[in-house]
Amino acid sequence: MKIAVSSTGNSIDDKMDQRFGRCKYFAIYDTDSKECKFIKNPGIDMQSAAGSSAAELVADNAVSKVVSGNFGPKAENTLKSFGITMINAKDTEKSVKEIINEFKN
Amino acid sequence: MIIKDYRIAIASGKGGTGKTMVAVNLMYAIKDIIDGKIQLIDCDVEEPNINIFTKGSLNSEKEVAIKIPDINTDKCIYCGKCAEYCAYNAIIFVKSIPHIAVMDDLCHGCGACSYACETEGAITEKNHALGTVSKYNISDKIEVIEGRIKVGNALAVPVIKAVKKESEKNALVIYDSPPGTSCPVIETINDVDYVILVTEPTPFGVNDLKLMVETVKKLGKNMGVVVNRVGLGTDDLYDYLNVENIEVLMKIPFDRKIAGIYSEGKILVDELPWLKQEFIDLFKKIHI
Repeated sequence: MKIAVSSTGNSIDDKMDQRFGRCKYFAIYDTDSKECKFIKNPGIDMQSAAGSSAAELVADNAVSKVVSGNFGPKAENTLKSFGITMINAKDTEKSVKEIINEFKN
Repeated sequence: MIIKDYRIAIASGKGGTGKTMVAVNLMYAIKDIIDGKIQLIDCDVEEPNINIFTKGSLNSEKEVAIKIPDINTDKCIYCGKCAEYCAYNAIIFVKSIPHIAVMDDLCHGCGACSYACETEGAITEKNHALGTVSKYNISDKIEVIEGRIKVGNALAVPVIKAVKKESEKNALVIYDSPPGTSCPVIETINDVDYVILVTEPTPFGVNDLKLMVETVKKLGKNMGVVVNRVGLGTDDLYDYLNVENIEVLMKIPFDRKIAGIYSEGKILVDELPWLKQEFIDLFKKIHI
């Protein structure tokens, strides 16, 4: 299973980004291979449709669960249409690594 | 006086400076000296408020819509060309699933997706309602036309285009513009003969007026300024207007009595004869 975490940077020590649609990077973690890769989120510079485009991006990477702080209405509807589970980690100060570790157990 | 085919826009840059107040009271002040038809058009489609003052009876209402794509997933071959052509990211496309969907509210109705699609019957077009255009009769020669966008719709320009289409060649037309300097304002003022800029002598008023003056200059329109709430703020506004050589058409004092009458939804020029005369003088200045 693949999990996406919205991230403030492109390393696992960076903090989770509170924003889904306009986060800097997505960390895509594969629970089977234990590998983690980072993809830049083009939505950060978009005038509109950042949320739905980010949802499209994670869906294209075959992600089943997304961890972030805030999901906008367009992001939420699009993620729902893909059947992707949203996990709300609002106000967490945790790093991407710490969030990923919670899925290892 | 008979005036035909003359268009005035009341604009501001900053919001809340008194655009609607000037538009409505200008119309009421000059109605008795104009023999032909007057149309007062509310282009502030995000919050139209002219008819709160004019209290006209609804004559007709029609829907404003654009054409948006309707994707037939049985015929779609999931090539993704439509999503690639879409400048507004309104088509959600994931090849690996495969999944395709249109985000109705993001679509600007440009038709690029229909052009891009090479699969017969995969994309057809359907109407997507954006708002309404309503006509109100005030008297046999005065008409108020109001554009109003649907809650949740972000596309003001097509609704402004639709409301402006109702303006008549043989009439004196007054457009009440939205605030700001963006697309809805450009759409409102792009075909007018004169732009009245309403501002106030505060730092925000000056800052936003400057942006608006630059915009009107680019469009090559004649303009003049109405200063509202005179007595507030500083001289910066007057200094700027002097340097730019822009005419002050009228000054409206910062006065509790004016605010009181206006807040009750009454027509200022009906209550204050001196103000009526000033609006008539203003009109004579701009209509040469």
